[in-house]
Amino acid sequence: MSMAADQPSPAARIGRFLRDNPVVTLLILLALLVLLLQVLRPGIVNERWIGNTVKFAIPLAMLAACQTLTMLTGGIDLSASVVATIAAFVVATQEPQVGTGLAIVLSLLPAVLIGLVNGFGVGICRVHPLIMTLGTGLIGTGCLQVYQRGVIATGSVVPASLEWLGTGRTWGMPNALVLFVPFAVILLLAQRRTGFGRLLYAIGANENAARLSGVRAWQVYFGLYVLSALIAGVAGLLYVGLIKAPSLSLAEPLLLPSVAAAVIGGTSIFGGRGSYSGTIVGALILTVLNTLLTLLQMPEGARRIIFGGIILAVTALYARLTDQG
Amino acid sequence: MTDAAADAPILDAQGVSKRFGAVVALRDASLRVRRGEVVALMGANGAGKSTLVKILTGALRRDGGTLRIRGRDQSFGSPGAARRGGLVPVYQEPSLIPDLDLDENLRLGGTPREPFHHWVRELGIPDPPMDDPIRHLPLATLRILDLARALASEPDVLLLDEMTAALPTDLVERVLKVVREQADAGRSVIYISHRFAEISQLCDRATVLRDGATVGDLPIEPGVEEKIVTLMLGAALSPAQARAREATGPATTGTPRLRVRGLAAGTKLADVSFDLHKGEVLGVVALEGQGQDELFDALAGFRRPGGGTIEIDGQPQSFRHPADAIAAGLTLVPGDRAEALLSSRSVRENIAVPYVARPRHWGPIAMRREGAQVAQAIERLQIDTRAQGEVRRLSGGNQQKVTIARWIAGGVQTLLLFDPTRGIDVRTKRQIYALVRDLAAQGASVLFYTSELGEIQAACDRVVVIFNGRVVDVLDAQDADEPMLMRAAYGLTAREVRA
Repeated sequence: MSMAADQPSPAARIGRFLRDNPVVTLLILLALLVLLLQVLRPGIVNERWIGNTVKFAIPLAMLAACQTLTMLTGGIDLSASVVATIAAFVVATQEPQVGTGLAIVLSLLPAVLIGLVNGFGVGICRVHPLIMTLGTGLIGTGCLQVYQRGVIATGSVVPASLEWLGTGRTWGMPNALVLFVPFAVILLLAQRRTGFGRLLYAIGANENAARLSGVRAWQVYFGLYVLSALIAGVAGLLYVGLIKAPSLSLAEPLLLPSVAAAVIGGTSIFGGRGSYSGTIVGALILTVLNTLLTLLQMPEGARRIIFGGIILAVTALYARLTDQG
Repeated sequence: MTDAAADAPILDAQGVSKRFGAVVALRDASLRVRRGEVVALMGANGAGKSTLVKILTGALRRDGGTLRIRGRDQSFGSPGAARRGGLVPVYQEPSLIPDLDLDENLRLGGTPREPFHHWVRELGIPDPPMDDPIRHLPLATLRILDLARALASEPDVLLLDEMTAALPTDLVERVLKVVREQADAGRSVIYISHRFAEISQLCDRATVLRDGATVGDLPIEPGVEEKIVTLMLGAALSPAQARAREATGPATTGTPRLRVRGLAAGTKLADVSFDLHKGEVLGVVALEGQGQDELFDALAGFRRPGGGTIEIDGQPQSFRHPADAIAAGLTLVPGDRAEALLSSRSVRENIAVPYVARPRHWGPIAMRREGAQVAQAIERLQIDTRAQGEVRRLSGGNQQKVTIARWIAGGVQTLLLFDPTRGIDVRTKRQIYALVRDLAAQGASVLFYTSELGEIQAACDRVVVIFNGRVVDVLDAQDADEPMLMRAAYGLTAREVRA
């Protein structure tokens, strides 16, 4: 009665294994990249290098969480980098005036607001998420520029606690893990073992079927885009602690890699399929790849070409393997 | 029409066969149309009418058989080729581009203007709106425009699919008159309709399909309706499947679980009333497109009714969203499985969606309890779970069971089943009948639309028959054998009563 009983071809069997265990494949790819790095520059892979790689991968992995969650429903969040930048900029400019605690609260308010607007646009007005978040991202950037004029005299200070979190190390490992490990664990549990997580997959797989089962999709979209914006805001706070210099385009370079990390991690941009575990490894792969290309002292142009090529190759491979059987 | 040249068939399809994978849609279909003849093409749901029409008009290629047009072998590779060959269809869905206006549509199709305007006038729309986008025009107008366009191209064979559906009476009269005149002028018409009144008024012959084969070719004469119905059903009527009926049938007194009065929705559901009691399985029988889709959609909260009332346990209801209907205990298993399934998700996630639908259940899931509930539903429906990682890998029957299990797991009150056994194997069908009886015995109410008339006696207590958006008959399932249901579904009962 079912097709599970028939004889699958080897390619289909590999495909099924990869689909069921996408993280394994990605970890193999990651190991290969690290090995290549070690071969090219013997001795480079040490504790310090690992700590650095993890440190840079974490903000990327957090922004990629926004993409993963929204992609599960068939959406995307292009405003994530702007939200992160705003949070970073606001916290650094408010710190001298109101202190760290209140500055962090203030920095996350714009995030909530942008998340609500995204949720309204996608869930109620049915605007495509790509357009909606692109639009709110542009508006957010504009507002940030206006805000910058207002606070030009106050100067900016990155809170010491964020610097500790962003750049500090304890026993060789970056302090950012204190934030990231619980974050990742909660997200991994939430995607499969909470009602909200289930609904993200359900809406992405077949929104009509979800509706038929009594799901009011707009409620989910509101929750999703607010959550995504909050994650982006926190990622921005972490990132400013790492970079230590707030600017109007702080997290901008992370936007497209965050999308790439989710896609490489096996999340389908059409929704209904994927997992944050893959995204984390995807973020690590991209970070290692970046080091590798920098190390090879390639010109910027060639680096980008290779970077883009690898993303396309991995994605194409994924699509081929997981569509069989 | 009597000389030899006119007697030669203009269209002659013999022994046409077509299969889709393992499904045989046509085995041995034949259709012969002579010059100046109006031939009714008839058959119950799934008899193969649509497939034959698609082959004749070039939308599908036949696997076997011959097609001769004016005595020459033909094989239309595309709808365009069929048109050039003189065979022009008018489908139920008007083939006009919605975003263009009429003028642009005519130019696009290369329709000659003078004849088009002539036919539009003849058909009762003297002043067609040339500059309005097609999407703003009512369906009845569109169908007339579509017909006029087909007539303007002076086809040798005109193929009309339920041409009078969605038309008001005065336009129906005009259409029938124009079609008759076409035949008198020596053109031929293939006329597909469920309405016997029109067929006896308009057609010369009727060709009847059953199970993919032509089983009869009859001249239209008084009393032919009975013969056609018999042919559509088949000679060997399987005796109704015996089932253990409860000693005392469901209580049909007191406040019904579901009371529907004067329900109207869309253009097809006009006025439907019935009661569904606790512990009752109420069958719904209707030919395609008589408003049953709209009825189920309205009951499930998918579509706002245009009129009438829905009461549950005596309380009037107004559904704005399926969630409202579900809260009131009305749960729908739609006809198209793909509509209800999360194809890339597991059996468990599919069954458990309704539990987590509401925001107060968005938190952590009690995995063990959910697992037990799902396992119970899987066992009750005997779902084959060998490929439970993704429901799209399950067989059709198992997929259908998953869509039902979703509502059984949570304890069902009123189940709306829309043709739940379409395209699934006999064993699974039996299991579904048994499940439906079982649910009713436990006090659930089931509204059961089916396109297979034999299922009424296998699963239902009573049956309502809907024709043209209205209830035309309510029968006890025991009395509702296939011939009787078929007659009722074709709207014949009323005339018999009067006779």
